[in-house]
Amino acid sequence: MASTDINIDAHEGHGHDHHDDHHHEHETNFVTHYIFSQDHKMISKQFLITGIIWAIIGVGFSVLFRLQLGWPDESFPIFEYLLGKWGAGGKLDAEFYYALVTMHGTIMVFFVLTAGLSGTFSNLLIPLQCGARDMASPFMNMLSYWFFFAAGVVMFISLFVQTGPASGGWTAYPPLSALQSTSSGSGLGMTLWLTSMSLFIVSSLLGGLNYVATVLNMRTKGMTMMRMPLTIWAFFFTAVLGVLSFPVLLSACILLIFDRHFGTAFYLSDIFINGEPLRNAAGQLVEGGSPILYQHLFWFLGHPEVYIVILPAMGMVSHILATNAKKPIFGYHAMVYSIMAITILGFLVWAHHMFVSGMNPFVGSVFTLFTLLIAVPSAVKVFNWITTIWRGNINFTPAMMFSIGFVSLFISGGLTGIVLGNPALDIGYHDTYYVIAHFHIVMAMAAGYGLFAGVYHWFPKMFDGRMMNNNLGYIHFWITFIGSYCIFWPMHYLGEAGVPRRYFSFAEFNFANGFEDLNVFISVASIVVFFAQFLFVINFFYSILNGKRMRSLNPWGSNSLEWTTGAKGIHGNWEGAIPEVHRWPYDFGKDGYEHIPQTVADKDLKEIKTSERLPSR
Amino acid sequence: MMSLLGIAAIALVIVILFQISKAGEMLNELGNTKKAGDTNNRVQANLFLWTLIFGLLAIVWSAFHYSPMFLPEPSSEHGVGIQRMYFWTLVSIVPIFFITQILLFGFAYRYKRDETRLSHYFPENNKLELIWSAIPAVVMVLLVTGGLRQWLKITGPIPEDQQEEVITIEATAQQFKWDIRYAGPDRELGKKAVREMSDDNPWGQDWADAANKDDFVPTEIYLPVNKPVMVKINSLDVLHSFYLPHFKVKMDAVPGIPTQFWFTPTKTSAEMQNILDDPGFVYELACAELCGKAHFNMRKEVYIVTEDEFNAWMKEQKSLYSQFAAPQKNADVDTEQEKDEKVNVDKTVSAL
Ligand code: HEM
Ligand SMILES: [Cu+2]
Ligand SMILES: [Cu+2]
Repeated sequence: MASTDINIDAHEGHGHDHHDDHHHEHETNFVTHYIFSQDHKMISKQFLITGIIWAIIGVGFSVLFRLQLGWPDESFPIFEYLLGKWGAGGKLDAEFYYALVTMHGTIMVFFVLTAGLSGTFSNLLIPLQCGARDMASPFMNMLSYWFFFAAGVVMFISLFVQTGPASGGWTAYPPLSALQSTSSGSGLGMTLWLTSMSLFIVSSLLGGLNYVATVLNMRTKGMTMMRMPLTIWAFFFTAVLGVLSFPVLLSACILLIFDRHFGTAFYLSDIFINGEPLRNAAGQLVEGGSPILYQHLFWFLGHPEVYIVILPAMGMVSHILATNAKKPIFGYHAMVYSIMAITILGFLVWAHHMFVSGMNPFVGSVFTLFTLLIAVPSAVKVFNWITTIWRGNINFTPAMMFSIGFVSLFISGGLTGIVLGNPALDIGYHDTYYVIAHFHIVMAMAAGYGLFAGVYHWFPKMFDGRMMNNNLGYIHFWITFIGSYCIFWPMHYLGEAGVPRRYFSFAEFNFANGFEDLNVFISVASIVVFFAQFLFVINFFYSILNGKRMRSLNPWGSNSLEWTTGAKGIHGNWEGAIPEVHRWPYDFGKDGYEHIPQTVADKDLKEIKTSERLPSR
Repeated sequence: MMSLLGIAAIALVIVILFQISKAGEMLNELGNTKKAGDTNNRVQANLFLWTLIFGLLAIVWSAFHYSPMFLPEPSSEHGVGIQRMYFWTLVSIVPIFFITQILLFGFAYRYKRDETRLSHYFPENNKLELIWSAIPAVVMVLLVTGGLRQWLKITGPIPEDQQEEVITIEATAQQFKWDIRYAGPDRELGKKAVREMSDDNPWGQDWADAANKDDFVPTEIYLPVNKPVMVKINSLDVLHSFYLPHFKVKMDAVPGIPTQFWFTPTKTSAEMQNILDDPGFVYELACAELCGKAHFNMRKEVYIVTEDEFNAWMKEQKSLYSQFAAPQKNADVDTEQEKDEKVNVDKTVSAL
């Protein structure tokens, strides 16, 4: 306890010291301001922009492999142009198809949705919405970004190695990922993949510990836990999930590195390859390992990972829905407890990815129970969101549009989770396009919408009070929303036909063949959606420089603390003292007031000029 | 050239959209912002309504349009049970899908902003929360129990009364093919070990194990209808997955850890050709776990035939023992035992 206090004091002192001359210090030194910055707002922007660049690469890869799936007989010069020998003659090489799929999955899940989403908004909002001048440890925070950056550099280099990047799927199951001779991507590409993931894990641990510490210790006066915005609750539990589960992935990676380079057999046993039984360097048969062990370790992170991706989006969507519907989030307590329940249950369901892995079927039964139980808090959240907009007074900002889109996707994708969580049904659907449809809708797209909603909503907080162009935002939303259903909904039909995922071509099997029209449709939709994202990218970068400035300090009429700082983001966030909090952040439409900021005490209510009292609808 | 033009066209569209949007924003700035906001809210609300209507119609239409291409009624006993479970799962989730989407978009449409009113202050209601926790919880419990009953039956042992007639086969996966070893007339697969594998003994069989004497590895998979089939699954290199879509069979092939799946085919290939009115129909075995470059191409055909046809086919098969370890090659094998084996084979076949 004592030590925390000292920390905070020391830190605050530091913040104040800066104050008088902080403009000079931070603007003259380019390196400490833009590169090795310790300001949480700058770090959040670094995460975001890095994430956007990775998103273009990652989604771009999906467009490339969709070209192959949509028009398998066509040749595309772009393959040869971009991929060289892997696209010789305009034909995509099967090996490289798998490399693209693997990189797509890895990049999207880890670099875009974990770092880009959670990294960006945890950094931006935890201090601003809790009322802190910065993170508990700004230095660790800076390290967190630079480890992420290093992970990115290594992954990027792996795209260019002779034997190609890792191609064993984003799950990297051994023995495929362990034995170099089984696939060309399992060579140097896989080594770099493992290195990159290890760096990434370090980054996310540094970040996560910081988020937890900040939320627990650095809230401003009056900001009790139960007065925190749902965003903060979500970031908090996301960080808890990450801190507890990422180390397990690290151990999985390390054991895999040992199997690959040091002759151990954690994951290997009874292998016959290249015409002879596999022996280690000492000439002994490789025996006794279990590939299923890796799967347990991987999914012990892997499943919480999907919540790491989706919880921040849920938190932001809750906040944005309430703010723009001008109505309290319905069932704040239920929302908090459901996040808690999801966090706890999220640790107890990993083996639902392994029903047909050869794991003991009885173990599968236990995991079924928890898996379907987790549907309950998820359902509560959905009903609460819907009730939140019921009898609201909805202002359709682009952020609000994406939040409503998020709820729609979360419903559509969540319901098929009830199918897949049932082990008997999963026998049929496991590793088919049904799964691809499910997780893209419920996780990939939904979390992507959370990211968009967050950026449209908090853009002014990142870029000194500038706003993004709304009209472009609407066009971006509608193309993306209709487009994402067009891409992923039809994949359910492929799944119903039993079409397996990770297939380079469907032509070899009668049962998988015959969906040519649908595959073309999906590919066209994904190309359209891909290019529509440039509307967002252009809007984003244009608005950083030229966006119109917000008219008031609180453009969306929000109650939370981040809108009480000045238009220009400064080191330390608030010019003067950190404001004190008197209420929860969702007093919308109460007692005739459109909204009551958290900083307003009941006794000062009369003074706020929000509106004359209006009748309730 | 074409691609350049394409990219130029796309860039043009983006620039135009960008300019229009910017102009729109400027106009708003000049005119009455409040009115612009109202118009915008009306437009977006209407778009939500139309998207809801057309979206739901498109979903219903496309589901019916593509359903003929879905997998047909499963050709296995447990598959039919799974299908029934799926039906009841759909009964519980499809209505929820329609109701929640309609409420979501309906509310978005209905409650667009109106400057003259406030929203209804309704922060919580524990009764509602209780209702919509309890109902999903009950539905989930029902689905869990139903699902687990199926699952434990599927993964459990073959019922006692069918033990006698089990056909045991062993699927061995390697990059990028499946090989199927039949237990042969003695219904028992002989022991084998990776360390014994060589050109002279491609499956590493232990020739001292009598059960190995009649095991054979044919080029196609033949199985009799209405007899339980026990598939022992293993892999020699990386993970694969033994996937028979028409039978709802899927189980990973794991090097070092033998796995298994048993099922009872209920429709012969010929019957399926009739049912589907497709003389070209064949059952297919595929791989469902990423195993490398040719993962998408690990195909083998499966023929479900009548019992008589199956027995006739069995007779034609040559045991591995006769090809690789018969006495002339391997003098130390007991010829007595060999003879016994022969007799055994004949007896079993005639008994069938
Ligand atoms: C327009 C956007 C996207 C398209 C068109 C797309 C398409 C696809 C397709 C077709 C596959 C399956 C490929 C195969 O199995 O052969 C796939 C795999 C995957 N996608 Fe996406 N995707 C998109 C966005 C995303 C996003 C935002 C995420 C973020 C989580 C994501 C995560 C994944 C993952 C984890 C896999 C599995 C990779 C693997 O099998 O190892 N995708 N994607
Ligand atoms: Cu999971
Ligand atoms: Cu495979």
